[in-house]
Amino acid sequence: MTPPDYEYLRKLLKDHSGLDLSADKQYLIESRLLPLARKCGLSGIPDLVTKVRGGSSSHIAQVVEAMTTNETFFFRDKVPFDHFRDTMMPEILKARAARRSVRIWCAAGSTGQEPYSLAMCLKEMSTALAGWRVEIVATDLSQEVLEKSKAGIYSQFEVQRGLPIQMLVKYFKQSGEFWQVNPELRAMVQHRQLNLLHDFSQLGAFDIIFCRNVLIYFDQDTKINIFNRLARLVEADGFLVLGAAETVVGLTDTFKPVPERRGLYRPNAARAAAAGAVMPRVAAAAAGR
Amino acid sequence: MKTCLVVDDSSVVRKIARRILEGLAFTVIEAEDGAKAVEACKVAMPDAVLLDWNMPVMDGFEFLIELRRMPGGDVPKVVFCTTENGIDHISRALNAGANEYIMKPFDKDIVAAKFQEVGLLALDVPTEA
Ligand SMILES: C[S@@+](CC[C@H](N)C(=O)[O-])C[C@H]1O[C@@H](n2cnc3c(N)ncnc32)[C@H](O)[C@@H]1O
Repeated sequence: MTPPDYEYLRKLLKDHSGLDLSADKQYLIESRLLPLARKCGLSGIPDLVTKVRGGSSSHIAQVVEAMTTNETFFFRDKVPFDHFRDTMMPEILKARAARRSVRIWCAAGSTGQEPYSLAMCLKEMSTALAGWRVEIVATDLSQEVLEKSKAGIYSQFEVQRGLPIQMLVKYFKQSGEFWQVNPELRAMVQHRQLNLLHDFSQLGAFDIIFCRNVLIYFDQDTKINIFNRLARLVEADGFLVLGAAETVVGLTDTFKPVPERRGLYRPNAARAAAAGAVMPRVAAAAAGR
Repeated sequence: MKTCLVVDDSSVVRKIARRILEGLAFTVIEAEDGAKAVEACKVAMPDAVLLDWNMPVMDGFEFLIELRRMPGGDVPKVVFCTTENGIDHISRALNAGANEYIMKPFDKDIVAAKFQEVGLLALDVPTEA
């Protein structure tokens, strides 16, 4: 790939998905785009770049999707799901006892392992949640991973990474070499295509936001911008959960870390008021939820 | 150091399992069928058993029943590792006191994940995306 083509693609990716590639990642682009070029029936990367430079929106979308990293697995890193069960949900159960509803957002849900892990956790506490309205909204930039997430079908390899065997038996149905999440669990998760770079206020307010292992690909300004917009969507007594290599510290004070709960953050009340954040519930109501 | 008894009639599988488990800092003992495994457990109870299902002399399921009846036999974490991948086999194993279940083919990531699940391995460093 010529250096100008590389620079062109780098900028395109940054603008479209936030992906911030350093100057030496040509091999990465090449290894991902060559299979795509073939799939599109093109002779190679130069032809693909020509299409993209020509403004073909379908080729642009495919290039952007091909460059996303979709790696995920059930109960990834485990600890956040323990916090979910032992810290976040008990608080929400108390705080929302009158309203009896909880809204959770997986802001980079990928192929569904994260939202379904949360759905399983919620099922395990179904006695406490009897009569509650429970919503999990899973969004991702990539249409392809969303389709897989909706179908909820996983290979034998995928269901053996992080998923306890009892959960597999309880919540999946086997069909040949594959395992499908049962319909009841699938019905708990709504799917939407969403680019975190764009406005997402229309989703309404959430009690808990999981935004894990996506911001690491973005530059500082993009991260700050997204944190500030997340802060407007999370309830004042809600939670934000980040990936193990991510933090707000040093970037923004709209969220503050929860002591002794790695990866867990809460909106910073004082700061939110100063920034003139709208009352989340009111905003959600106005958005016609 | 924790010990793991690997029970499989295939010497190739035992060798692969040994390499993976030693990489995870286990001391490995091998047995080629359920009966030999019972003998090994009489000598010393391992911390874990990685257990094939179909084997000559005594199969993995029979071994599990026998193990759980032995004095101290409730201690080892038993992880099946078999080509019997049907939900009926999995349920039977769990009801008989198996702790985890690996469907072959397996690799190091799966073994590590399952041994973490039964509490024999500390959580490793969080995954990078
Ligand atoms: C590594 S996965 C993380 C999945 C899951 N949250 C986890 O931690 O296991 C990152 C996901 O972020 C998505 N993504 C990348 N850029 C995005 C953007 N600008 N807006 C929304 N999603 C994006 C990718 O498509 C990918 O599925």
